[in-house]
Amino acid sequence: MIIAILSLAVLGLGLGLMLGFASKYLKVEAGALVREISDMLPGSQCGQCGFPGCGPAAEAVAGGQAPVTLCPPGGPSLALALANKLGVSADLSGMEEHIPKVAFINERLCIGCTKCFKRCPTDALVGANRQIHVVIRDACTGCGKCVEVCPTESVQLREEPETLESWHWPKPQELPAAS
Amino acid sequence: MGMMKLFRIRGGVHPQGRKSLSADQPIRDVPLPDLLHVPLQQHAGQPAEAVVKKGDLVLKGQVIAVGQGRISAPVHAPTSGTVVGLGRYTAPHPSGLPGRTITIRPDGKDAWADLPSPMDPFECEPGVIAKRVAESGIVGMGGAAFPSAVKLDLGRRFDLHTLIINGAECEPYLTCDDRLMREHPDEIVDGVRIMAHALGVERIVIAVEGNKPLAIRALAHASKDVSTIMIQEVPARYPMGSEKHLTQTLIGKETPARGLTAEIGVVVHNVATAMAVRDAVRFGRPLISRVVTVSGEGISNPGNFRTPIGTPVRHLIDHAGGLRGEPARLLLGGPMMGQPLADMKAPIVKGTNGILALADLPPTVAQNPCIRCASCVDACPCGLVPLEMSAAIRKEDMARATHLGLMDCIGCGSCAYVCPSSIPLVQYFNYAKGKITKQQRAEHKQMETKRLAEARTERMERVQREKREAMAQRKAAQTRTKPERSETQQDQDGEEVSA
Repeated sequence: MIIAILSLAVLGLGLGLMLGFASKYLKVEAGALVREISDMLPGSQCGQCGFPGCGPAAEAVAGGQAPVTLCPPGGPSLALALANKLGVSADLSGMEEHIPKVAFINERLCIGCTKCFKRCPTDALVGANRQIHVVIRDACTGCGKCVEVCPTESVQLREEPETLESWHWPKPQELPAAS
Repeated sequence: MGMMKLFRIRGGVHPQGRKSLSADQPIRDVPLPDLLHVPLQQHAGQPAEAVVKKGDLVLKGQVIAVGQGRISAPVHAPTSGTVVGLGRYTAPHPSGLPGRTITIRPDGKDAWADLPSPMDPFECEPGVIAKRVAESGIVGMGGAAFPSAVKLDLGRRFDLHTLIINGAECEPYLTCDDRLMREHPDEIVDGVRIMAHALGVERIVIAVEGNKPLAIRALAHASKDVSTIMIQEVPARYPMGSEKHLTQTLIGKETPARGLTAEIGVVVHNVATAMAVRDAVRFGRPLISRVVTVSGEGISNPGNFRTPIGTPVRHLIDHAGGLRGEPARLLLGGPMMGQPLADMKAPIVKGTNGILALADLPPTVAQNPCIRCASCVDACPCGLVPLEMSAAIRKEDMARATHLGLMDCIGCGSCAYVCPSSIPLVQYFNYAKGKITKQQRAEHKQMETKRLAEARTERMERVQREKREAMAQRKAAQTRTKPERSETQQDQDGEEVSA
């Protein structure tokens, strides 16, 4: 009886001490994962995910409050990378249908106010005072910040047109299930 | 005739040749169409950049677009006339999407521009020949349309021993190379010698499939006084015309995966390319026309036509007697690797070797599930496992498909040809390759976005800091000399814009 109590007490004490030491000396820094994830995110602070910027978004993803598919500019490849990092499975079904959009300037309406390109987080708009502004499509993430500030509604988001370079063969139709 | 020891390649199929439809039709010229639509991207690599404007008069052989970057090719006017359009026009591509195109209205005079002066190839440096080939816009005419000058310059980077000239023409129906070899053997032999000189190789093998005995005889006669050239008959077996497989058949060595044949000392060029090189070097003529086979059960009078680049497919088909009823499928290229043609108004380009109107339609939907018979494994000339690859792609598991060797697939279609369930295997592979490229592009864009965003943040911080410093200085100045205030008042708004 006494032996059993003693041995269990010693065991409990020993393990408790080990845990205590482990929590103290092998401590994982809380911010490490968040920092790693925020390094993976585009860092354009575009706000398309609904969070105020990439930092808060990274915290939310690390904490599990946001899905790995939250970042539209990152697309499916980022979602997969995040899922790998966190060891969760990614549901890409919603992402496949998301067609990336880019800004488009209606040149008849542009007055050259320079407001849009001051807001652009990736410098995808170029122009000068009283000159028609232009979108560099390759640099645009489609965040829509320019649309918000345009006083003449000349900036719109449009689906990126399919080109010879972007086109690829569709997936073959599946065989209908045997009846 | 050669007596080389040949090596077996794995896999391959024996589709019906059906070359007799057009094999006995001599090469004929095609009259000029009303409009020529000359695309700027007719080659592998960067598209060319137009150097003419709408309304310009151009002469035959004049440069209308210049190559950009290391792997590119210029484009020349196929005839004299007026540039009537510089924009987008249906490309010869399965999507039917438009690509950048120069449209020329021929004036009917067919007047040549001042061409570069003819040269004696054996008197000049090898690099000069490659330069002339590059300026003449010559690309591989077997179908892949890789800029030939790049391949003629490989002698500098690799230790080469053999030049193989590809006259295999293993695709069914196609006879344009066969006709060229039969009708112009002397010109081809001359072109081949020029290429060998440019590459600095001593040994030349011209490989022709055994189903073209007349071409073999013509070439053998034309090359009988040239000791370095060997005409070699190779077995008629698809895909013998794939450069890596042809090299393996002749040399017995396999090209490293995703590598160049130059790594094992061999460069492969097509027979039609050899002829184009000769025209460019001996006469200064750029590549502005090519021989195209128009054939198939759906064509009234199949034949081989010397066609100006930019000729609409419809014009060429009309010239071959038109269509016989509504064809099940129109193809650009051969039936094994050719691409469906979305629109008959698309133009002929440097890499177009055939236009086929086929009467029977190959299935695009699997007729039965995969029974794992492994016929495709036996047929694959690259030693891959098509059934496993397509199963992975069905489940969108691109990583596994890549691991199984998707990127080593040459898309020859042997697997789909033998599949008893008619599974469209090649379409699965094309889909996966396209999807992977798209993903890589997205990843690249994301990295660029990150770089741009970081650069902007840094710039903003710098501007802020400079503003603060300027303010501090101003304050310091103010405290020293109180009376003057007006001069430092400007410069408060403009800064943010200028960066």
